[in-house]
Amino acid sequence: MNSGSMASGAALVFPDLSGGALNPLLPFLILSVGALVLLLLDSLFAKRNNLPWAMISSVLPLLALATYATRWPGQSGTTVFGPMYIEDPFASFVGILVCIATLFGMLLSETYLKKMGRYRGDYFALLAFSASGMVLFASTTEFLTLFLGLELLSIPVYILTGFLRRDQKSLEAAMKYFLLGAFSSALFLFGGAFIYGATGTTDLAVALRSAPQSPMLQIGFVLLLSGFLFKAATVPFHMWTPDVYEGAPTAVTAFMATSIKAASFGALGRLLYNAAPVTQILPIPDMLWWIAVLTMTVGNFAALTQSNIKRMLAYSSIAHAGYMTVGLVSFASSGDTEALAGVLYYLLAYTLMNIGAFGVVILWSEKGTERLEIGEYAGLGWKTPALGLAMTIFMISLAGIPPAAGFFGKYYIFRNAVEHGYVSLVVLGVLNSALSVYYYLRVLVALYMRPATREFTMDRSVVVGSVVAFCGLALLWIGIAPDTVLPGVPALVGWVRESVLTLR
Amino acid sequence: MDSVLSWITFLPIVTAVLLLAVPKEREGLIRGATVLSMALTFIFSLVMLANFRPIAEMQMIEQAAWIPSLGISYLLGVDGISVFLILLTTLLTPLVVLSSRHAITERVKEFHILMLVLQTGMLGAFVALDLFLFYVFWEVMLLPMYLLIGVWGGHRRIYAAVKFVLYTIVGSLLMLVAILCIYFDHHAQTGQYTFSLLEIYRTSFAPARQMWYFAAFALAFAIKVPIFPLHTWLPDAHVEAPTAGSVILAGVLLKLGTYGFLRFALPLFPAAALAFQPLFLTLATVGIIYGALVAMVQTDIKKLVAYSSVSHLGYCVLGLFSFNLQGYAGSLYQMLNHGLSTGALFLLVGVIYERRHTRDIAEFGGLAQVIPWFTVVFVYVTLSSVGLPGLNGFVGEFLVLMGAFGENRLAAVISAGGVVLGAVYMLWLAKRFLFGELSNDKNKTLKDLTAREAWVLAPILVLIAYMGIQPKPMLSMMEPSLKLNLEAVSRPGRAGHSGGHGALIGADRERWALAVMGTEYRRDTASAQGGVQ
Repeated sequence: MNSGSMASGAALVFPDLSGGALNPLLPFLILSVGALVLLLLDSLFAKRNNLPWAMISSVLPLLALATYATRWPGQSGTTVFGPMYIEDPFASFVGILVCIATLFGMLLSETYLKKMGRYRGDYFALLAFSASGMVLFASTTEFLTLFLGLELLSIPVYILTGFLRRDQKSLEAAMKYFLLGAFSSALFLFGGAFIYGATGTTDLAVALRSAPQSPMLQIGFVLLLSGFLFKAATVPFHMWTPDVYEGAPTAVTAFMATSIKAASFGALGRLLYNAAPVTQILPIPDMLWWIAVLTMTVGNFAALTQSNIKRMLAYSSIAHAGYMTVGLVSFASSGDTEALAGVLYYLLAYTLMNIGAFGVVILWSEKGTERLEIGEYAGLGWKTPALGLAMTIFMISLAGIPPAAGFFGKYYIFRNAVEHGYVSLVVLGVLNSALSVYYYLRVLVALYMRPATREFTMDRSVVVGSVVAFCGLALLWIGIAPDTVLPGVPALVGWVRESVLTLR
Repeated sequence: MDSVLSWITFLPIVTAVLLLAVPKEREGLIRGATVLSMALTFIFSLVMLANFRPIAEMQMIEQAAWIPSLGISYLLGVDGISVFLILLTTLLTPLVVLSSRHAITERVKEFHILMLVLQTGMLGAFVALDLFLFYVFWEVMLLPMYLLIGVWGGHRRIYAAVKFVLYTIVGSLLMLVAILCIYFDHHAQTGQYTFSLLEIYRTSFAPARQMWYFAAFALAFAIKVPIFPLHTWLPDAHVEAPTAGSVILAGVLLKLGTYGFLRFALPLFPAAALAFQPLFLTLATVGIIYGALVAMVQTDIKKLVAYSSVSHLGYCVLGLFSFNLQGYAGSLYQMLNHGLSTGALFLLVGVIYERRHTRDIAEFGGLAQVIPWFTVVFVYVTLSSVGLPGLNGFVGEFLVLMGAFGENRLAAVISAGGVVLGAVYMLWLAKRFLFGELSNDKNKTLKDLTAREAWVLAPILVLIAYMGIQPKPMLSMMEPSLKLNLEAVSRPGRAGHSGGHGALIGADRERWALAVMGTEYRRDTASAQGGVQ
């Protein structure tokens, strides 16, 4: 079965595993092996469900982040097992985003699960498994590894979505997500099969270059792309998003809304980079143009009327996927990796603002009952001023109002699009952005302009509070000084640019 | 002081950040610190004025890299156009905060923080010479104003606040697209990635593209001014906003629209500006008359003043699009006048509203018998707003009309009719409001101006008289910059002559841009580049 890639990859010799040859795999290994250890711990201590799971499990993303940090400043990249695992600055950046989202997801989960009465260890193992799949997903051009990553990231999330098993919405969401996810996996596999059939190799980087004219390969590519776009939740593959985001436990929503976006846009970037010969033949940029416009517009219009904050954020995440697709349009049409740098910046801002917003939602929910109607937040900005301020930062960042990072992210993406001549697309983008201001400001209207309607007592949580504070401050920092070097912290714009420079 | 502009701009927001740490119960401290910070800002702006030389070019340039990899710099400067607008801002904001001592008794901390942030936004927009930086400041103003209206406003405050934000943001986002377009257009012509306005001034854009760029910029500024028919957010915002919000909105925020035309839209896209001239002259004239007519039939004093703003700012736009020195000078002078007199009017309305909690004109009448000092001040400000010779309003309106007359007689004649209408609605307001019979019993016990209120109003009243009697010193400081600015839309050698319009292009434009840049900027840039190498 491997004969194809053998033929093309020429020297697929089983690598020497001594002497740190596996080092590039470390983040993946830490997350996946760590998840197994967590499962073991869970079964060993199943009777005593009071282990500090969040603390134990957050060691994994932290360790992974540390290995990424030792790689900085990254080399041009290396591969393990032939084309199967690529370790380059691009993969590192996406991996770091995934680890940040996972870390914060774990930290948010403890408080949340305790409030909901479902505090268990296997939950955290699933988060780590999913994260390892994401790392894999963005680090390969080889189809089978890609598929492995896809399933590894998806299946735990299906389970996590239904984790509140006494909650009908949660179960319904899990079922929906699973069925539609299976469907998209099928598309994905089908696409891979076509490509393999056309070229005899599973290495997409080779396959897409070797026979771009082949109709079979083209069909395969479009099917593959659809699978990616499903995970990225762009129109017309977005239908699952609102129900799943609403039904899933809020901490899981925070995790998947951010990390899956990062992984799938990362993988999409890599795919489009390698698909350049095909995108020159097929009207892929035009197709993405329409997807971007529809995704932004559908997401924003649907979000306008939502009264449930999770649903609103779900539709808003669709809209944000649309903005990022704008970046992909200019990348796919020009091959200018700078366009992808904008997407990476945006992903970081997006991760921080969504995690932060969901963190506030978790803090504002009460034991056993979540408070998710925006109307229920009336007056909370005055009762909990610090959280109100944080939520204000997240909302203006999501709306793309300076000085928060969401503005600079949008600016960066739109700048690149204008550079490549997509002015009309950018005009549609900013009009959408103006539209979105309306529903983000509705949250502020509730927080500050309406009288409080209910008694409110908040359980303080230092951990969640710190996550929220970190996200808020980081958003301001990278928004105001995206290109300023702190001791030990690379200038962000320079970093994302360097990350895409050696993409392969 | 080398960095006086930065001090002016950032002192308020730094204070705001510090105030975050102050417990909200300590209202005295919060109020005191805010006023102190604003007073310091005002002193810094006086230092700026003292150092200001009456020359045309940009002065007190401050330049630093901000996001160098994308050509974004931190570039501040001031010239004859912005200098008095900065002073107007630094003067009005502390007065407004002082006047809110009794009006704002809830959420005191948040109110003061927002006022400070707002001040930074406004001042930053006036001093920024980097398009990206300007845009950031322009947007930073949005949220504080939104919250000021939405939290401390009247019954329909939420509607008014949201309308204000949505109107403003649609315009400004399209302007952002245009900023990006000229950034790349400039790069295509010069090979340089920069948002520095002074560099971009050198480029003449293709006339067909200028139309689009101008349209995007003009939309953003026209909404802010607001130019008829984009004015509908203004009455709502004014009526619902607390006094402080109204004063700042009328006094400063609206000026950013006209300032934007003067600094950005007109000199950057002269060919388009000339092409759009008939449209804007028409809209300005319609706005003058329409605003006046609608003001006449209002029953709410605040709404009346709001519509009078539409009319008054019509004069500013009329002056700008006359493209001659009188028009420009009159327009800029009128911006300051309007800031002072309308600001004072809103303060006075606020005084009455605090006492009676109504703004319905029918509720009043005969106030002159009860509160004589208030009456004197109100009539005085009214006369300034109407344009009585000897007070500031006259100078501005006269110059604008003179400029317009040289350009388009019809527009001038019709707009002059607006002056009459202005007198009608303002004097009629004074009559119904202050004079006649004291019929309403509730008004019989009204308190006259308190010492605090009098002190808040005093500087404005003095300036109104000073600017009316002695316009020369201020005009002569504005004139060189205005004259130079005007050259962008005048054919070389014929500047100032009517009928001499034409977009400056090629080498002429390069010379013009270098003149605007001034020696200070060129020296700074040269040394910065030398430093890099």
